[in-house]
Amino acid sequence: MARLRQCAIYGKGGIGKSTTTQNLVAGLAEAGKKVMIVGCDPKADSTRLILHAKAQNSIMQMAADAGSVEDLELEDVLKVGYRDIKCVESGGPEPGVGCAGRGVITAINFLEEEGAYEEDLDFVFYDVLGDVVCGGFAMPIRENKAQEIYIVCSGEMMAMYAANNIAKGIVKYANSGGVRLAGLICNSRNTAREDELIMELARQLGTTMIHFVPRDNVVQRAEIRRMTVIEYEPTAKQAQEYRDLANKIIENKNFVIPTPITMDELEQLLMDFGVMEEEDESIVGKTAAEESVVAAA
Amino acid sequence: MSALTREETEALIKEVLEVYPEKAQKDRAKHLAVNDQSVEQSKKCITSNRKSLPGVMTIRGCAYAGSKGVVWGPIKDMIHISHGPVGCGQYSRAGRRNYYVGVTGVNTFGTMNFTSDFQEKDIVFGGDKKLAKIINEIEGLFPLHKGISVQSECPIGLIGDDIEAVSKKGAAELDKPVVPVRCEGFRGVSQSLGHHIANDSIRDWVFSRDGKDVKSEFVPGPYDVSIIGDYNIGGDAWSSRILLEEMGLRVVAQWSGDGTLAEIELTPKVKLNLIHCYRSMNYIARHMEEKYSIPWIEYNFFGPTKIAESLRAIAAHFDDKIKAGAEAVIAKYQPMVDAVIAKYRTRLEGKRVMLYVGGLRPRHVIGSYEDLGMEVVGTGYEFGHNDDYDRTIKEMGNATLLYDDVTGFEFEEFVKKVKPDLIGSGIKEKYIFQKMGVPFRQMHSWDYSGPYHGYDGFAIFARDMDMTINNPCWKILTPPWQKKPEAEAIAKAA
Repeated sequence: MARLRQCAIYGKGGIGKSTTTQNLVAGLAEAGKKVMIVGCDPKADSTRLILHAKAQNSIMQMAADAGSVEDLELEDVLKVGYRDIKCVESGGPEPGVGCAGRGVITAINFLEEEGAYEEDLDFVFYDVLGDVVCGGFAMPIRENKAQEIYIVCSGEMMAMYAANNIAKGIVKYANSGGVRLAGLICNSRNTAREDELIMELARQLGTTMIHFVPRDNVVQRAEIRRMTVIEYEPTAKQAQEYRDLANKIIENKNFVIPTPITMDELEQLLMDFGVMEEEDESIVGKTAAEESVVAAA
Repeated sequence: MSALTREETEALIKEVLEVYPEKAQKDRAKHLAVNDQSVEQSKKCITSNRKSLPGVMTIRGCAYAGSKGVVWGPIKDMIHISHGPVGCGQYSRAGRRNYYVGVTGVNTFGTMNFTSDFQEKDIVFGGDKKLAKIINEIEGLFPLHKGISVQSECPIGLIGDDIEAVSKKGAAELDKPVVPVRCEGFRGVSQSLGHHIANDSIRDWVFSRDGKDVKSEFVPGPYDVSIIGDYNIGGDAWSSRILLEEMGLRVVAQWSGDGTLAEIELTPKVKLNLIHCYRSMNYIARHMEEKYSIPWIEYNFFGPTKIAESLRAIAAHFDDKIKAGAEAVIAKYQPMVDAVIAKYRTRLEGKRVMLYVGGLRPRHVIGSYEDLGMEVVGTGYEFGHNDDYDRTIKEMGNATLLYDDVTGFEFEEFVKKVKPDLIGSGIKEKYIFQKMGVPFRQMHSWDYSGPYHGYDGFAIFARDMDMTINNPCWKILTPPWQKKPEAEAIAKAA
């Protein structure tokens, strides 16, 4: 068995991390790889396309029901779905209460102690909540966990801003452990020159755009059926895109400590590609009323 | 007078500071001073109430300790929930010796530990539901409790539980006060902030009920006072209360040693607030002065000199009847004081003491040592502020040592050089100094003795100091094989 590769998927909230992860994991499974997905989001929606389920019972929810996490067995929380893909969800509280970050830490510690990673696995994918808001959500990239980080982004300003911020977080952990940036996955929003823009951002971050995933309605059609594209319509063009992404990840050897860029550099990049207008310093802090006075004068 | 001159004391501080790195040296230098009675404001000579340095052994506690351990804990007919993991409540349970009268587990709860015993799931999913359940269970299991306080441990502040909402709901359901206290341990630099937070929570959550929990019809009298900042350690508040009552005053409330919720709620009706521990309860006294126009004075019931001064100062706020009462009390106890001093002063005369305590004691106990002919040559506060040091400078002799938030290292080095005959500090310091061969008294818990307040307390204090300092064990610390040969030869020849 080849060495287990642990990968974490980060990116701005709503960018399509869970969808991309599950579709590409389906591609890996199709290629004969043994994969486990660890959902690290209190919403617990990282495995539903694989399991054809609404939301899997999460480790934290079951631990709360049983009394404590020590009362759980691995088979209680580990579900097997499409092409034997193993699925777990860390779970966590409703919005506004408790500490979701601690939930991620507890869940991952449980998986380690129970030997979830010792089984015959080629890949583990951590699907992590949008923003790394506290130490708990950085848990998957600490020592002995994910070594490869893929950032899902698009040509929109805030997605790129988030990608750069995540790169900053990786630098912090790269210096103390072995975590590396493995590439950007562009989940297209059909903005102008999106591929070139993300390739340029990747270059500036010291990495590559590992794949450009075009926008295709078949993804939504499959999702409604709680399926990945590869399972729902294996012959679709989009299915091939995810297979390509999976193959590129299998072959990927380009793991780097990223070189995050400054806010000014990022703004310059956006202006070069016309995503953002040149800043007009004279209008900063001016209300509409003030502007109309200036215009009248 | 001090054994060291001003120059020698200054040199000692300099020498002790030398081992620190430059930055630590600069910081700690501000917390160490040679006393100068001519200084009017302590901020000119000593810095206090600052964050302790990382890496040193500080003796301080946390905000939770200040609220649950000091201010709220002794209110005996309320149940104080240590909200969070089990340790904070369990390791501080019943350790402070706040005596009280009552049937524990029935109508009083002082030595019991109530905790929400947080587990992983409570951190992840929040503890509000559990807290609501505990409030209900308490009502069912201990129906005679008068109210509940929720003492926040660190995780509560981190995970953002809404204990205020749970408390409000619980208070409405129980028709008893349920007080949320945001005394998470990581707040502030010491237990001092916990005192302040606890005072504020009494103001906001108990006074706001306007005495609705007081069942009997209370008729205010002209001589009503409250004892504020006496935690009844070893019975301190009791030996204080009798003196006030004997001089004709009516003690309406004890804050908070052997105190009740009803007493707290009645306090806004008193004529004068008497503050013993200024540090931990001046906040509520100032609030009552502002809101209810109740004046307050500080007093000191350690040692006959300070007791007499205090009784007269308190009486000055009342009519001639009380003033005569104060004189009568002083006269009544004078023979007893004379007997105590006659018995112990010759045994203790000239002995030198170093103190390091909290709250009020670093300055308040100086008088009782002086009444026995002893001298305090060094003192300091764990969590004092500048107003504490303002009040200390005049009590201490010139050229004596002042040390704020002293570190373990500094304290040991000072003791090695100053060579006091007695050290008064806490349990963490006790065994270190005893092993160094220095007589030691715990001055937080009175070393399982007490009371030390009032005339009765002074007699016990004098006895305890004598039996510690003059204990024969200190003369036999050197084993026979380490004795100097000449001494042995002389002994043989004799």
